[in-house]
Amino acid sequence: MPEWKHTRQGYADALIELARRDDRILVLDSDVAKATKTCDFEVVFPDRFFNCGVQEGNMMCVAAGLALEGYIPFATTFATFAAFRAGDMVRNAIAYPKLNVKIGATHAGITTGGDGASHQCNEDIAVMRALPNMTVLVPGDYEESRQATLAAASMYGPVYLRFGRDVYPVVEELHDGFAIGKAKLLRRGDDLTIVTTGILVSEGLAAAETLEGEGIATRVLHLPTVKPLDEEALLRAARETRGFVTVEEHNILGGLGEAVAALVSLHHPRPVARVGVRDVFGESGQASELLDLYHLRAAHIVSSAHAVLAPALR
Amino acid sequence: MLTAETIHRLQEVARAIRRDIIEMVYRANSGHIGGSLGAADLLTCLYFHVMRHRPSQPDWADRDRFILSKGHCSPVLYATLARCGYFPAEDLQQFRRTGSHLQGHPYAPKTPGVDVSTGTLGLGISTGGGMALAAKLRGQHHRVFILCGDGEIQEGQAWEAAMFANKYKLDNIIGFVDRNYLQTDGYSEDIMPLDPLRPKWEAFGWRTLQIDGHDLRAIIGAIDEVPSHPGKPTMIILRTVKGKGVSFMENEAMWHGTPPNQDQYERAMQELADA
Ligand SMILES: Cc1ncc(C[n+]2csc(CCOP(=O)(O)OP(=O)(O)O)c2C)c(N)n1
Ligand SMILES: [Mg+2]
Repeated sequence: MPEWKHTRQGYADALIELARRDDRILVLDSDVAKATKTCDFEVVFPDRFFNCGVQEGNMMCVAAGLALEGYIPFATTFATFAAFRAGDMVRNAIAYPKLNVKIGATHAGITTGGDGASHQCNEDIAVMRALPNMTVLVPGDYEESRQATLAAASMYGPVYLRFGRDVYPVVEELHDGFAIGKAKLLRRGDDLTIVTTGILVSEGLAAAETLEGEGIATRVLHLPTVKPLDEEALLRAARETRGFVTVEEHNILGGLGEAVAALVSLHHPRPVARVGVRDVFGESGQASELLDLYHLRAAHIVSSAHAVLAPALR
Repeated sequence: MLTAETIHRLQEVARAIRRDIIEMVYRANSGHIGGSLGAADLLTCLYFHVMRHRPSQPDWADRDRFILSKGHCSPVLYATLARCGYFPAEDLQQFRRTGSHLQGHPYAPKTPGVDVSTGTLGLGISTGGGMALAAKLRGQHHRVFILCGDGEIQEGQAWEAAMFANKYKLDNIIGFVDRNYLQTDGYSEDIMPLDPLRPKWEAFGWRTLQIDGHDLRAIIGAIDEVPSHPGKPTMIILRTVKGKGVSFMENEAMWHGTPPNQDQYERAMQELADA
């Protein structure tokens, strides 16, 4: 059994590491520090932590101001508030002037669980992807979250970092070679490509295992960076395999799946099946139940794979 | 006239609602206890004495509206609605479960008696402004009651809504701030100071009162006075104790969103047992 850890803890742990070596690092939160885990940062660096209260829009613009003066602020809140509550501030005060603000967004996706649809943000990738200048990072486990946060600080420009609420399986294969914009080849295969982002990577790997047992050689490409897309790795997969199943804890509209489909349809058309939340709001429940109910499991990836390969096998 | 029996009856209802809150959050193993317990006295007064409403006809056009703007405190609303008869009390056991109509945050399309869907803080006074304006446009005489958290009104939108209600003289709005001085990350005056709160609302043109939010007579008395102030929205600042009714939960930030374990659950239920 793998170990399970919070991805948001990876974010908070990285912030502490970063602040130790770079004076410009500051952390902002909006009265959810206990939930995002930036409360850990506050303990170590109380003078470099700013709790804005329940004021996400204000926080984003304060971060913009700090960035204009040379600081590297990490503005932290839940994904739905970052993308929507403060969406205009992110667009016009941060992305448009291309400021060096990092947005740490936790409680993304259906696995937010009991709080229900108001808090389960399945639309943030779509919004953030659509913003020019924005880099969108969606790590898959604790360690990848930590590395993504470190990498975000080392590049100039706005970055959206997406984390979940729950604990998620630690996936050893993710722990080497994090680079913004680079896919990770987790498994080789020339029949089909599963493309994952975020915490469903473990389901993608499990699906590949099942497919392998059926004689379908399955490649697994994991994309902790949704934008910029690793076009080279995806187009190679388009040439070398017969189709794609994309997997994301997000609406199938606007997310990774559409990005992959748009790319391959132009350069090397292949069928792309999208596993994700099917354009509905979620509901309250346990994270694990919701993954079943909203068809985000390995079994659903496997049946999508069959659908993708069916014409070729006929 | 508020007789001693009436007050006693309301106190018993509030206590039953508090027991329901503990039970729901314990069973769901998630949910917001502290702010729910602290608002139980207000919701009891509203739903069992003040508001004109018909549990058998949730969409009655002339009912008074209620907006739980601090939607995370859904347990107190659900328990109150169940005790009024909007739906069976057994449903409370399904709080936050898949397939249940009792979502983590109020969702009007699913739950009978919930007027407005909430969960994102800071929206309720605006939505209430729209509903109150609609009532004015149609010449309807119902009122719009809105409950906000104190942390919640750090959102700038609360103050945008305050300006709007003042401009359009929405005297059919009766708002409440649950002034418990606590929010997720701790003491509100440390997180983002709000004091002095009463002059802020007054400066925004609202008739503003401040009362003990656990004094049932004071709550009912404050609302009864409203009609004598035409042209102004009313804000009643309720001085409350987050976690009210369970000694070890009172005034503790930790009980904002932590479910009780079995031992804590049993102790809480014991404290709230029938006198
Ligand atoms: C816009 C928005 N930001 C953040 C949250 C997360 N959140 C839920 S409750 C809460 C604190 C609310 O404190 P307060 O309004 O004082 O409520 P109470 O003390 O009555 O529970 C926060 C920040 C939210 N639901 N909505
Ligand atoms: Mg409060």
